[in-house]
Amino acid sequence: MSELLRVRGLTTQFPSEEGRVSVVDRLDLDMGTGEVLALVGESGCGKSMTALSLLRLVPKPGRIAAGEIRLGGADLLSLPVPEMRKVRGRDIAMIFQEPMTSLNAVATVGSQVIEAIRLHEKVSKARARDRVRELFGRVGIPDPDSRINAYPHQLSGGLKQRVMIAMSLAMRPKLLVADEPTTALDVTIQAQILGLLRELQKEIGMGILLITHDLGVVNELADRVAVMYAGRIVETASREAILARPAHPYTQGLLASIPVLSRHGERLKEIPGVVPSPADWPRGCRFSTRCPRVYAPCAEHEPAETLWGSGHRAWCHAVADEVGDD
Amino acid sequence: MEAWMISNAVVAGLAVAGLGAAVVVRRNRLWREAAHELVRRRPWALMVVAAYVLVALADSVYWEGGDLDGADRVSQHEAMSLLDRAFHGTAEASYSAPLADFEFYGERSLERPGGHLLGTDILGRDVLYLTLKGARVALLIGGVTSAIAIPLALFFGIAAGYFGGRIDDGVFFLISTLSAIPGLLLLIALIMVLGQSTLSVCLALAVTSWVGFCRIARGETFKLRELEFVQAARSLGVSEARIIVRHILPNLIHLVVITYVLMFSGLVLSEAVLSWLGIGIEGSWGQMIVQASDELSREPVVWWNLTAAGAALFGLILAVNFVGDAVRDVLDPRTLREDG
Repeated sequence: MSELLRVRGLTTQFPSEEGRVSVVDRLDLDMGTGEVLALVGESGCGKSMTALSLLRLVPKPGRIAAGEIRLGGADLLSLPVPEMRKVRGRDIAMIFQEPMTSLNAVATVGSQVIEAIRLHEKVSKARARDRVRELFGRVGIPDPDSRINAYPHQLSGGLKQRVMIAMSLAMRPKLLVADEPTTALDVTIQAQILGLLRELQKEIGMGILLITHDLGVVNELADRVAVMYAGRIVETASREAILARPAHPYTQGLLASIPVLSRHGERLKEIPGVVPSPADWPRGCRFSTRCPRVYAPCAEHEPAETLWGSGHRAWCHAVADEVGDD
Repeated sequence: MEAWMISNAVVAGLAVAGLGAAVVVRRNRLWREAAHELVRRRPWALMVVAAYVLVALADSVYWEGGDLDGADRVSQHEAMSLLDRAFHGTAEASYSAPLADFEFYGERSLERPGGHLLGTDILGRDVLYLTLKGARVALLIGGVTSAIAIPLALFFGIAAGYFGGRIDDGVFFLISTLSAIPGLLLLIALIMVLGQSTLSVCLALAVTSWVGFCRIARGETFKLRELEFVQAARSLGVSEARIIVRHILPNLIHLVVITYVLMFSGLVLSEAVLSWLGIGIEGSWGQMIVQASDELSREPVVWWNLTAAGAALFGLILAVNFVGDAVRDVLDPRTLREDG
């Protein structure tokens, strides 16, 4: 599998009263061509900021302070703005969480997808319209000929998300960033959209960076998983490995907090507390304030990378000790 | 070029613009439905507004010469509007003539309604004629002023709301400064500087009235900018300028239409206030009211010219407000009807 995306030391900062605060901190990420990587974590851990950083769309006053983002060899952070604009939509596309507001309410959905195509390719309106019709059929929008002239408020949430998918895939990007693509949808529609994404991913051969807090979605779609906590990756492994043998206490906590029907009547396990805000991330291991296995070095030093299995790495003192003891 | 030729050109321009707008509204389903709904809800108010517009247009189409019964040499060579010609009776304006010509300081000044449908004023001019003449002035004030104020407000509002930062600070400083100056004082000062003409009154009114809509446009743009569809457009590589034109502006259009209609009646009323202060526009209802007020102390009371001007003003503003109310209901996205 050849390399598609390579992120090194990505740091995204926002100014605050206590000075600059990194919401994404020295993040490393690798993706192969056609790989589906799930970025998992609680709300506020920096997943979405990572996604926006990849497109260089961090909202002001935030900015990318350091790092390197390489997409198929090109260094995105050093591209001039007009060049970066061409990369967006053509090489990287993004789907957003909220299909209700991610389409312009006063333009027909067809015209919006046509705009997406004609931005990157010199084709006539009629030709682009034909392409949109095809695309709509491909993403499972029934009756594409009339839906092309529909306004967003005339479509259901699921259909809108399909339009969004059609729009982002119009140029067959190499990388699709999907920020919680199914969170706002019904469970049945979720399954359909995930199935569609998997089909299209195989067909186009693109990589998907799937951002989610839903481990069910991870299980449906992901090849590999990176668990994120407080702006850092804490564990990364293949989907099977991480679901079967999670190393990091945080990952274990996430998996334990999934409700299971067979344990009916038991109290749901949870990780106590919330993700600390970027301004008061603890020194040492950032999970140390909530970790059940915390001990002396956790509060002092940042944990180093530990190899837990083949391709399975974790950043945790306890895990490092366990591996060292074996 | 003489003033009356410009007036004709404006009428032609308006006709073309009106036709263009009609075509756009017909083509776009959303607008067409809104127009139908508007007609359904307020047929009478729309007709009243249309009547005012027709009168104003009749008073805006000028030409020279023509066959005028008994007209003297001067008026033969003066450009007269359709409305002027309709009221141009015989030179011998008499008690029995239903529609009389000017008769300066004639014996028949301040005549009670009768031969002249609405009587005459102190100068012996027909009140009905003067009242109809006022429609053009009123529509000019409302139309021209909002045509200056709204683009101004949109430009600054969108720039401030979209780009934020320094630009926002600058625009907000401007807005705050302008709204800190008492409106009437600023109006008087501006008209003093610009000189007293229709255009300068409109300009002055525009300068004092764009601030409110600018705030609204800024706030709305600020909100739209953060919505995901703008983010989505950016993530597809759409440029900032294109986002503003294609995604921000169309989402503000309903506000523009609503503001235009509601601003209109306020502006017509402000002109009446300006007339009271002696800096209004020649021939407006405001001026008629001011002149009529002098006659109120007479015995028996001269009520007809005040009533005519007041009723004309009242009728227009009431109708425009009714239409404006319906426009807001029809165009507000929150009341957009789902179909199918």
